Amino acid sequence: MFPTPVERRSAAIQASYKALLPIALMMWLLPLLMVALFSIKPDADFTQGNLWGLPSSFAGFENYTRVFTDSAMPRYLINSIFITVPTVIGAVALSCMTGFALGVYRFKGNIWIFFMFVAGNFVPFQILMVPVRDLTVNMGLYDTRMGLVLFHVAFQTGFCTLFMRNFIRALPRELIEAARVEGVSEIRIFWYVVLPLMRPAIAALSVLIFTFIWNDYFWAVVLTQGVESQPVTAGITAFNSQFRAAYHMMSAGSIIAALPPVMMFFLMQKHFIAGLTLGAVK
Amino acid sequence: MAAPITSEPAPPPARGYWRSNQMRIAPWLFLAPGMVFFAIYVVLPIFQSFHISLYRWDGLGEARYIGLQNYERLLDDPAFYTSLWNNLRWLVLYLLAIPGGLFIALFLNQQVRGIRLYKSLFFFPFVISQVVVGLVFAWFYNPSIGLLNPILGLFGAGPVNILGNPNTVTYGIIAAGLWPQVAYCMILYLTGLNAVDPEQVEAARLDGAKGWKMLWYVILPQLRPATFIAVVVTVIGALRSFDMVSVMTNGGPFGSSRVLAYYMFEVSLSEFGFRMGYGAAIAVVLFLIMMVYIAFFLWRMWREERGY
Repeated sequence: MFPTPVERRSAAIQASYKALLPIALMMWLLPLLMVALFSIKPDADFTQGNLWGLPSSFAGFENYTRVFTDSAMPRYLINSIFITVPTVIGAVALSCMTGFALGVYRFKGNIWIFFMFVAGNFVPFQILMVPVRDLTVNMGLYDTRMGLVLFHVAFQTGFCTLFMRNFIRALPRELIEAARVEGVSEIRIFWYVVLPLMRPAIAALSVLIFTFIWNDYFWAVVLTQGVESQPVTAGITAFNSQFRAAYHMMSAGSIIAALPPVMMFFLMQKHFIAGLTLGAVK
Repeated sequence: MAAPITSEPAPPPARGYWRSNQMRIAPWLFLAPGMVFFAIYVVLPIFQSFHISLYRWDGLGEARYIGLQNYERLLDDPAFYTSLWNNLRWLVLYLLAIPGGLFIALFLNQQVRGIRLYKSLFFFPFVISQVVVGLVFAWFYNPSIGLLNPILGLFGAGPVNILGNPNTVTYGIIAAGLWPQVAYCMILYLTGLNAVDPEQVEAARLDGAKGWKMLWYVILPQLRPATFIAVVVTVIGALRSFDMVSVMTNGGPFGSSRVLAYYMFEVSLSEFGFRMGYGAAIAVVLFLIMMVYIAFFLWRMWREERGY
C-alpha cells in the first residue's frame, strides 16, 4: 500500500493524522459550511451584521419551510423529477440494446458505430444548440418537459452505450455461445441471458445519469423558460431574484436544489463510484 | 437438485427468413432505436451547425447565405479573443485538478476508522450541480457577506472583490470549478491506488525506494489508466465550462470572464439579438478545438481495441 499505512508509523504520527483529517475536511467544505450556516440563520442576523457567528436563534425550520410554501420551488423540483426519471429509463433502455449489439456481434462497421457514440458524447453542447432548439420548437415541444427528455435520452445514449458495451464485452462469451447452440433466439438471449447479468451496470448507470440530468443547466435554459417546465437548476435563478439579498433564503433554496443527487450518491455510493471510475483500473 | 434432467426435444431445423438470418439482422434491430435518436439529436445537428454558420439568420426570418463572413467577423471581434484566451486559461489551470486530486487521494489512502466517510465527504462537491457550486462560491467571494475576505484579513491581506475585477474574475471562477473537478480526480486516483500491486510496492521498499521516488517510479506508472481518464474528463470539462460563468458573472464584468461556450450562447440567445449564424460559427470553432481531444481519445481506444 502507498503511502505507508499510518498504523506502521509512530503513535505521534498516527495521532496527528487523525487530528488532521477533520481539519482538512472542514477547510475543503468551508464554502458549503458557510452556506449551510446561512440557511439556518434568521433574517435579523444579516441586518445586524452577525454573519459568521452562531445564529441568534435557530431559523432553519422556518427558512426551509418557506422555500416550499412561499416559492415555486416545489414545482421546479417536480419538473426535475419528471425530466430526470424518464431520461434515466429511456437512456438506459436504449443503451442496453445498443451496448448488446456492439458488444456481442462482430459485423462490419461495428467499431465505427461505437466510435460515433463515443465521439458524440464528447462534443460541446453549443454545436448542437441552434439545430436542437429549432427542432424542438418545430415539434411543438419548446418549453415542455418532453422536449428536454427527448434530447437528454438521445445525448446520454452516447455515454451509456460506451459504458454498456464495455461491460458486456467483459461478460463470459461462453454463456451466449451455449445458448446459441441450444437454439435460443437472439432476442431471448438478450432478454434472458445477458440482461440479468447487466444488473450492476444498469444500477451504476442509472445513478450516474440521474445526477448528470438533475444537474443539467445548459439545456434547461435553452429548451425551457417557464415555471411550467423548468427544472430546479434553472428555477433557482428565478428563486434567487424573488429573494434578492435574502441570503438565508437563497442558501436554503440552493441546499434543497442540490440535495436529491447528494442523497442518491450517499444511498448508492458503491454503484456510483463503480460507474464513475470505469476504466480507471485495467 | 435431484430432479432428473429431461432433455428438451432438439429445436426444429431453422426455417423462415428470421431463423436463418437472425445473426445478421439482430444487431441492427438492437441498434436501430438508439441510432435513430442519436442521429437526429446529435449527429445531424453537428452538420446543421456547420451549415448555419454560413448564413445570417435571426432564428425566425429568412436566412441569408453569406459564405465565410461570420468567420471573418470573428477575426475582428475582441470579445471572441477574450473568450478564446479565457478558454486557454481554463484549459491550463483546470489541469491542476489532476495533481490536486492525486494529493488528496494519497492523503486519504489509509485505513483508519471512519476513513470511508471522509472519502465520501471529500468527494461530494462533485455530486452537487455546478449551478449551486457557482452560487456557493459567488457568496463565498462576495465582499459584503463572504467568508473569503475575513480569512484573508487574518493573514493581513485583502480585502478583494474577485468577481468584480476583470483581472481576477476568471481565476475566481476557475477556482470554483476546480473544487468539484479535484474531487472527481481524487476518486479516480483512490480507485487506482486500490489496484496498485502491493508486492511491487514492498519489493521497491526493500530496494530502499520511498517518498517521491516511490511515487514517481513505482506508483504513478501503475496509475496511468486513472491519469488518462482524469486528463480526458478535465480537458472536456474545461472546454464545456458554461454553468459557472453564467451563474457567477454572466460573462462580466465588461465581458471579461466570457468563454467560447458562454459567448456562443450570449450571441445566439440573449437580449442582444438572436444571431444564430454568428453563434454557430463560434460553436464550430469550439467544436474543432474539442475535436483534437476527441480524435486523440478515439485513437487511443482504437489502439487498445486492436489488442483484443
